[in-house]
Amino acid sequence: MRGKYAWLWIAAVVLALAIPWAFYDFHTGRHSGFVISMLSQMGMMIILALSYNMLLGQAGLFSLCHATFFGIGGYATIHFLNAAGTGSLPVPIELIPVLSGLSGLGLAVVFGYMATKQRATAFAMITLGISELMATAALMFHHFFGGEGGVTTNRMIEHSLFGLTYASGLQVYYLILAWTLLATAAMYFLTQTPLGRMANACRDNFERAQFVGYDPRRVRFLQFALSGLFAGIGGGLYAITYEIVTFDALAAPLSANALLMAYIGGTTVFAGPVLGAVLITLLQSGVSLMSNSWLVYVGVMFITMVIFAPAGLTGLILAHRPIARAGRLGRLALPYVRIVPPALALVLGFVGVVELTSFLTIGAAQGKSLVLFGNRIDIHAAMPWIVSTVALVGGAAWLRVESRTFGRVWESVTADLTPVRA
Amino acid sequence: MTAALSLRKVTKSFGPTEIIRGVDLEIATGERHAIIGPNGAGKTTLFNLISGRFHISSGEILLNGERIDALPPHQINRRGLSRSFQITSIFHNLSVFENLRCALLWSAGYRYSFWNPLGRQRELNDHAGRLLEDLNLTARRDTRAGLLSYADQRALEVGMTIAGGASVILLDEPTAGMSNTETDYAMELIRRVTVGKTLVMVEHDMKVVFDLADRITVLVYGQIIASGPPAEVRASRAVQEAYLGADFSAQAASEVAA
Repeated sequence: MRGKYAWLWIAAVVLALAIPWAFYDFHTGRHSGFVISMLSQMGMMIILALSYNMLLGQAGLFSLCHATFFGIGGYATIHFLNAAGTGSLPVPIELIPVLSGLSGLGLAVVFGYMATKQRATAFAMITLGISELMATAALMFHHFFGGEGGVTTNRMIEHSLFGLTYASGLQVYYLILAWTLLATAAMYFLTQTPLGRMANACRDNFERAQFVGYDPRRVRFLQFALSGLFAGIGGGLYAITYEIVTFDALAAPLSANALLMAYIGGTTVFAGPVLGAVLITLLQSGVSLMSNSWLVYVGVMFITMVIFAPAGLTGLILAHRPIARAGRLGRLALPYVRIVPPALALVLGFVGVVELTSFLTIGAAQGKSLVLFGNRIDIHAAMPWIVSTVALVGGAAWLRVESRTFGRVWESVTADLTPVRA
Repeated sequence: MTAALSLRKVTKSFGPTEIIRGVDLEIATGERHAIIGPNGAGKTTLFNLISGRFHISSGEILLNGERIDALPPHQINRRGLSRSFQITSIFHNLSVFENLRCALLWSAGYRYSFWNPLGRQRELNDHAGRLLEDLNLTARRDTRAGLLSYADQRALEVGMTIAGGASVILLDEPTAGMSNTETDYAMELIRRVTVGKTLVMVEHDMKVVFDLADRITVLVYGQIIASGPPAEVRASRAVQEAYLGADFSAQAASEVAA
């Protein structure tokens, strides 16, 4: 990411500021609660995914306990807000996330000291242990974690730098946006410092790093601790938004989600996890309303990415840069068009089979029926199953043929081009 | 005057196998020293012991008079000893420029700083730029190191090894796998960038060895069988018998090595 991408960031900020107003209802004089809460969620998830990528993409550390630091930031923030509400903690709400971040940092220093003694697989296993440890601790120590019910607070602590009450979701959203921008800028800055660069170096070749004077363990440790700081900030924003933090905020599924977002967006580009977080949150908010099986789709998408596009969505996009520079993008247009129908058939067929199956089981239990374009679909009839299966199998076979053609064109277009560094 | 590097009764065993069997070696400051020997003699192991990659089983290793044999590699490096690897060891996903800059960071005093933006460190960046020129890699500045040609990667490796300003440089077969032209070029480069430094190199190319070295040590089965100026080593009967056969000569040796 260099200067020439500045406009993309500016556009993203303008968009983030404007979107709530695009969904403003002039009749009721209200913003869409759904959109605001989705955008707020995006903010936190962007911080989570970016801070996760400080480990995965930038330092080559495959952590399985990242939610631990998000969660601890969340829990601690609930207690900070409660203390601030009674007046015993004289910190305005806008600065509470600083404390959340320090909570994440503190715990990451402790756990990081253990985990970063190792790298690669051993590191991953230690973080898995930490994740389990924290999950157990959360259910054991009721005073701090509140057991299964979690802990709650009231964010209207009447202490604000700007005299705001944060009663409306929009005010909270803009607070989250400000912190997301701040955290993103700080994390980007870190990638441009000696520590950030040596984290890349240790990822590529930890042994060489030793022979240029660096202790790879210390590099890992510092990177891990700082990544915990940012995860903690994300958790703090979560606590401020929802005013309740439960076990979910530090449990393994959220760690997996951080990995998913960073990976799908692309770990080799700084902005990759931002894209991943936006996309996954959109899916989560949108598709989860339409389908019980949305997690199946996310899972399949993840597997597909790992197999076919290990550099993620941003990696896919960037792969086109040298082609565009050589003015050959046009030659890919037709192959792209040709690949759409089989891909569409495959996806629709797959969705059909998944949905039919899901309505057979979960849907039936919920007493729902499958409705498509206003028509009720009889899931016990043979026709929908046959159509879906044919689309799935036929689409797959057709896509196989088309993708070979596509591959040949791609090869011929890129044969004499040097790959561009991500 | 203390030697730049001294090894005293150094041994190294892997399990029951003794690879280095009591090596005594003194290398004076500013000397160009070549270590030769047949495959499996323990040359690379010796480098790994000196640079701290492995720990010795017994004995002492001193750098400028100070014990370094119990130190981890990064601390040995900070004391002024730098090494290259037989199998190219660079940061393959970083650009050529970034590789050199990384190799400079510690010696330039940046430590683990996460508050200095690299782009603004003019002196550091100028230094990395000068290294690029010395290595003749300026045109490859932004190329990902992993995509460089083999010879360029070897040059980069040498550059990273000398970048930090170490006073003692260990080069492990810097010309391995190179064509004759490439070898000539690499040796010219090494000669140029190691002026005033103590150089220890493992090398198979006898032409290179006899051209460059002030002294030569012959290692066979983990023991030194001869050590001295090239002419002396060339004349040594022990070397001729143990290492290169009875009709040893520099020409024959270079043919064997090639």
